[in-house]
Amino acid sequence: MITQVLTAAFLTAFLAAGIRVAVPILIAALGEMVTQRSGIINLGIEGIFIIGSFTGFTVAYFTKSLFLGFLLGGIAGGLFGLLMGIVSVRFLANQIVTGLGFWIMCGGLAKLLVRTILGIDKYSASSDFNIPRLESLSISYLSKIPVLGEVLFNQNIVVYLTLLSIPLFVYFFKYTRMGLNIDATGENPRAADAAGINVGQVRMLSVTFGGILAGLAGAYLPLALYGVYTDDMAVGLGWMAIVVVPFGKWRPWGILAGSMIFGAANALQFRLQNMNFPLPYQFLLMFPYFVTLIMVILFSRGRSSPSALTKPYFRSEH
Amino acid sequence: MAESIRELHPKPWKQWIKRISDANWISTVLVVLLAFLVGGLLILAIGGDPLRAYLVLIKGSFGNRNGFAETIVKTCPMLLAGLSVAIALRTEFWNVGAEGQIYAGAVLTGLASIYIQGISAVIHLPLALLAGALGGGLWAFIPAILKARLKVNEVITTLMMNYIMTFIFSFLVDGPMRDWVSGLNISPQIEKTTWLPILLAKTRLHSGILIAILAAVVLAVILRKTVLGYQIRAVGGNTRAARFAGIAVENTMVKAVIISGMLAGLAGAIEITGVQHRLIAGFSPGYGFLGLAVALLASLNPIGVIFSALLFAALLNGADAMQRWASVPIAMVAVIQGLVIIFSAIRFFFNRSTLKRKAGS
Repeated sequence: MITQVLTAAFLTAFLAAGIRVAVPILIAALGEMVTQRSGIINLGIEGIFIIGSFTGFTVAYFTKSLFLGFLLGGIAGGLFGLLMGIVSVRFLANQIVTGLGFWIMCGGLAKLLVRTILGIDKYSASSDFNIPRLESLSISYLSKIPVLGEVLFNQNIVVYLTLLSIPLFVYFFKYTRMGLNIDATGENPRAADAAGINVGQVRMLSVTFGGILAGLAGAYLPLALYGVYTDDMAVGLGWMAIVVVPFGKWRPWGILAGSMIFGAANALQFRLQNMNFPLPYQFLLMFPYFVTLIMVILFSRGRSSPSALTKPYFRSEH
Repeated sequence: MAESIRELHPKPWKQWIKRISDANWISTVLVVLLAFLVGGLLILAIGGDPLRAYLVLIKGSFGNRNGFAETIVKTCPMLLAGLSVAIALRTEFWNVGAEGQIYAGAVLTGLASIYIQGISAVIHLPLALLAGALGGGLWAFIPAILKARLKVNEVITTLMMNYIMTFIFSFLVDGPMRDWVSGLNISPQIEKTTWLPILLAKTRLHSGILIAILAAVVLAVILRKTVLGYQIRAVGGNTRAARFAGIAVENTMVKAVIISGMLAGLAGAIEITGVQHRLIAGFSPGYGFLGLAVALLASLNPIGVIFSALLFAALLNGADAMQRWASVPIAMVAVIQGLVIIFSAIRFFFNRSTLKRKAGS
């Protein structure tokens, strides 16, 4: 068994799958990072993820266009991000309650709509509802490198774009006015307000942006990974994204590293199941959640968290 | 000195727990009406008839003897889950793990009521229920101690422990505790001595509801009349002030969360001894998560939880009829549940005078 695990073929397949699974976590986590750096925690990510999966799948199913699937998945996610923003910024609601409420509501909404739009009876034969998956795009020379080529340069376009966006996020927070405003808002909203930053607006935009990315991440599952839609498709990936943010200390590269660990945990579980690994399958399925638990224990909210995280801001009269 | 005075008068967002426990019943009714209104619009949007759907829902949950009995049967675990979430939240602990604690309770109840045999029901039934409470309490103790000692975020830990417990449960009924005769992934039937007596003949209405109501009353008394209750209310009202007053905040929280887990575990135990009579994966349709909406709607008030549990039980029970007779998918329950939670979160905004007064301090 061990010899079977340690072959180059297994390793290549495992790492390639690891990246493919890590990407949706990474996309959602980058969005959540922006949201949290503005001072809002969005615990509804898992729900928005499900909305993104549902919208992406349904649109792609009817229009036969994966691009439109991603686009509308992102828009739907942004819409729920905006709603979350209105509730938590304008109505100063407790962000934990709101987030949990959005998670439960969105899950129900996707279930409700998938049955109404695709039909309750028809949906039970889910094998009829297939869409072509996003094809991988191998980069001609680089993909020929042993192991590394297959792992890094024979992926789909979304994987490349996501990985390439990481330096952009770094640049955005370091050098652009908007990036600096987001950090100011998350660290000290009162000072930011005094400096003329519209705190409410910055936070609204950040939550909406986080929603868009969570929607895209959700759309990735049916469009790039599975080609079908199921109710419990998100399987906690949204929650993993939330854990990855403090693990990566609210920095893009750290979040990349964290997402890879989760991707690897998920991929390993898949691979071992396929190999009839001598452990009850329930323990293999449990593995990613167990890793999440350990990660959140080891890398809890430390000093580097935005100071005003979860605290609503409003101008007092004096 | 100025600093410490300011700390004793916390910012309004920190007063959240206090504000929710002071909420009045008018805002509660408004939250429900608003959630059903938005839900109705949604039914309209998917081409249904909201009035008809809600009528069918009420008929399904209260219209006849059996419907009524089933509503009460579902009230029972929901009430206990609501109490579980409420007591933990009183100390600012977000127990999103009641679902896992329900299953943990069911496991120990299963062990106690399948493998212990030949003792009198007078001892066996309480033993089985106690085992359930113990299971839930133990499963809740882990995230509680992690938060108290290491400040680990309990939303994530309790949630992940739900997934983990679900898989452990599914492993148990698929392996060690499986009833191989049945050919299904279920445990053997529990001993008859642990079955909860039926209250209403020819229905599934069992005496668990009496235990659940008793638990609500006991919890209300604990909160109002005991030292622990005083400490819990102090911690929820204002953590810093409680600390200044010499209350061991973390200790109080851990105690509250253990009680919380025990209540959820008891819900699992009652569901096994009262309804299922064996361990079955997926026996809870998310009672633990519904507990969150139940508790928030009831403003974390134990007696209020009885009524909000009844409302959600009726919703869950009537949803079946709604799907069959008005073609509105059962998932509508989750949507309304989420809306209730969201509206519960924003209802204090409209009480702006309090908010401004507190912001000024």
